[in-house]
Amino acid sequence: MTDHGETTRKGGEIRNFGTQTYKVVGTRPIRHDGTDKVTGRAVYGGDIRLPGMLYGQILRSPHAHARIQRIDTSRAEALPGVHAVVTAADLPDTTGGRIDLGEGHADTKYMRDNILAGDKVLYRGHAVAGVAAVSLHVAEEALALIDVDYELLEPVIDVETAMKDSAPLLHEGLTTTELNEDTGRKSNIAMHIRHEMGDVQQAFAGAAHVAEAEIRTATVHQGYIEPQNGTASWSEDGQLTIWTSTQGSFTAQKQLATILDIPVSKVRVIPQEIGGGFGGKIPVYVEPVAALLSRKTAHPVKIIMTRADVFESTGPTPGSYVRVKMATDASGKLVASEAHIALEAGAFPGAEIGAAAMCVFSCYDIPHAVVDGYDVVVNKPKSAPYRAPGATQVTWPVEKVMDDLARQLGKDPVAFRLDNAAAEGTRRVDGIVYPRIGGRECLEVARDSDHYQSELSGPYRGRGMAIGYWFNIGLKSAVTASVNADGTVHLVEGSTDIGGTRTSVAMQFAETLGLDAADIYPSVGDTSAIGYTDVTGGSRVTYATGWAAYEAAEDVKRQMIERAAILWESSADQVEYSDGVFKTRDGSKSADFKQLAQKLEDTGGPVVGRATVHPDTGVGGSFAVNIVDVEVDPDTGKVDILRFTVIQDAGKAIHPSYVEGQMQGGSVQGIGWALNEEYAYTEEGRMANSTFLDYRMPTSLDLPMIETIIVEVPNPGHPYGVRGVGEASIAPPPAAVAAAVENATGTQLNVLPLRPDRIINAMEDSIPAAAG
Amino acid sequence: MSKIHVQCTINGEPTEFLCEARQSLLEVLREELGFTGTKEGCNDGNCGACSVTVDGVLVDSCLILAAEVQDKTVGTVEGLASAEGLHPLQQKFLEHASLQCGICTPGFLVASKALLDANPNPSQHEIRHWLAGNLCRCTGYDKIVRAVLDAAGTAE
Ligand code: FES
Ligand code: FES
Repeated sequence: MTDHGETTRKGGEIRNFGTQTYKVVGTRPIRHDGTDKVTGRAVYGGDIRLPGMLYGQILRSPHAHARIQRIDTSRAEALPGVHAVVTAADLPDTTGGRIDLGEGHADTKYMRDNILAGDKVLYRGHAVAGVAAVSLHVAEEALALIDVDYELLEPVIDVETAMKDSAPLLHEGLTTTELNEDTGRKSNIAMHIRHEMGDVQQAFAGAAHVAEAEIRTATVHQGYIEPQNGTASWSEDGQLTIWTSTQGSFTAQKQLATILDIPVSKVRVIPQEIGGGFGGKIPVYVEPVAALLSRKTAHPVKIIMTRADVFESTGPTPGSYVRVKMATDASGKLVASEAHIALEAGAFPGAEIGAAAMCVFSCYDIPHAVVDGYDVVVNKPKSAPYRAPGATQVTWPVEKVMDDLARQLGKDPVAFRLDNAAAEGTRRVDGIVYPRIGGRECLEVARDSDHYQSELSGPYRGRGMAIGYWFNIGLKSAVTASVNADGTVHLVEGSTDIGGTRTSVAMQFAETLGLDAADIYPSVGDTSAIGYTDVTGGSRVTYATGWAAYEAAEDVKRQMIERAAILWESSADQVEYSDGVFKTRDGSKSADFKQLAQKLEDTGGPVVGRATVHPDTGVGGSFAVNIVDVEVDPDTGKVDILRFTVIQDAGKAIHPSYVEGQMQGGSVQGIGWALNEEYAYTEEGRMANSTFLDYRMPTSLDLPMIETIIVEVPNPGHPYGVRGVGEASIAPPPAAVAAAVENATGTQLNVLPLRPDRIINAMEDSIPAAAG
Repeated sequence: MSKIHVQCTINGEPTEFLCEARQSLLEVLREELGFTGTKEGCNDGNCGACSVTVDGVLVDSCLILAAEVQDKTVGTVEGLASAEGLHPLQQKFLEHASLQCGICTPGFLVASKALLDANPNPSQHEIRHWLAGNLCRCTGYDKIVRAVLDAAGTAE
């Protein structure tokens, strides 16, 4: 059992590589929405209750792959208390479109078919019909009265089988797009992409050291604790209002408008507090069904998924098959690399294969490289983004190969990585040339850390380390800021807040105006209250919405300076503002922000600042390094994490506690991915473990404290040097944990999760570990 | 279906309600009585988001029937703060940034209070053991455990 006695080390270390110090940025104020969230006042999507509200439930396919021959809803409709039943027949035909989801995009036909199955069900849990009734229990009873005849088809549930020519096809109309060209070839391979630079073959031929890895990772789930929910009210004037827990109100609005074939202006999405998402709450699931039921019944309808629904019908992250080969010259410089990445998209195309291909070799400077990526459909729920989607699956094989090469060269793993680390000017295989990045600094901090310098001894104990990368995204954000008469500011932003971003955005606003964070009141606006804002995803909120807050603060500053000029019968160019004080250049007049705010009435009325941003350059990628010590029980194969350190480049940590929180949370999700989590399937393709009891996520008892070191290498593409921090931390843990287990047991492991039985088998297959 | 009449005390207030035999305490708290601070994460006893106390004992409210609380006292997250302000655990959760999305927070607070009521000076291991029935997917537990240690005055 993990010894929790002596591992409480103080967290909170920050290593600065040239960021400025600020008044508000970098401090740790109490989050603005904190009191509501510790008292139970905060309203989450499931808490909505409207007059006359009905409860919806969704009938889901018990089969992994089948043709729907007939649906008879008459018995369900006849049940007292049932108001309506809907099926795919109630959805408009949306064939042929495609919409952008911020993180990823979707084909509208596939989106529609995922909401309610058309002629086929493609995974167990695929929605078939929706019911609205006076109570949850009546709705549940009604589900049992819907008769569906299925013609069973052979399922295919893993990526390697699905890629075979002999595999059963999920979509008769799906043909492979090969390097951007439609081949016309019917297949489960939706897409094959390739990035290539240099002369890979020749570079391998001339290399001194070569290593390879072939790995498989299980399908895992984002595991947010709050199930998907949606409440819809479709009014008689055609206006649809949706209350939901979503990562993007505008993205939800766009999806709903597309699926229901109505103008976006007819859909108002009111985002509620959201109980975790990690990428999984970008797609809509129950909202369109609630909308159809609301239109049919003229009542508001609320649908909340069960936990089994969440596992069986919402986005897991792709299971994968990955091969990586890398080579160095005699001195230990990387010269060549190649990767073959196949990801399970689930029932419809769209695994994050592009992201995986961008991330696979992103930590290193490699002159010759080629990456092949495959997006493959299988009879599992349609995958959805999960924190640095695609990066975790490819980080493990690369880091495994790097460890192997370091061993061949007789080098320390961190030193070997430092010799080859990507830096400013390095060209990635997908063509991107890095601006200033912090990968090298993260490795240096890891090397010098107390953890890496400490001794680890004892039988069946081992240490591992790994580095991972996520590129982050910019996209569009909007902020408005209303100055109150008491000198405080109400800030409205469009980014839903999953982890304290109201505060990290408000802090940048406060910093820009020289105000206190507590004087800013941030809130998340609905789609009718704020300008278009992309999803809370891609680690973009503190970066892009924070930037919009900075610009809105600049706008407020400009307007307030004009007001001061009116008040003082001066001109705007004679008034300056610094440290929270307006004054005339000659020093004769001055007023602080609060004093001037009281005078707005006399100088022309309210001041409202506004800004929209769309940064497409300047987004700063983030690196995360892990060091982990494990102990393996040689009798059971159980792995205990003895010590875990995560080092990550934040650019500038706006609120260090929440940056640490992202690092710790991502690390622990990565530990779960490494050790426990997987979708277990029966031969018929049914998920066998769709409860939190059997889908085993880490508990507090499984873990030590997660030590953090924030590295600050400022991002030149942001006013405060921010990079996103939400995602990179999940990429390295499986690689680091696997390396530690391999070192502890003297084995080689190639399949995630590192289940006890796999570890025991590997130990039995290998020469008894030297560690024993 | 005829309903059952139940009298109990919730957060110190005498309360009565009607429920169906099949309704869980969680469902009645949330859907009938408006105590939506108690959250539902799984409805099968495996996440702890629905933690409440019944006669001082920590339970998953999704696992007991509402009809079972006849003559009992129920404590929910809404009962932690008072007119004097936040409970020390609530304050420490805020100071330590122990919540990200916050959906697990009511359950952790109720469970942590039950721990400190039973064991005012828990070690880190005892805290981790006690809270193992509450899942948090956002924080990795570090800052939650630190907040409880701090609230108990047992921070190492
Ligand atoms: S909802 Fe009761 S334990 Fe999860
Ligand atoms: S804070 Fe999100 S589940 Fe705990």
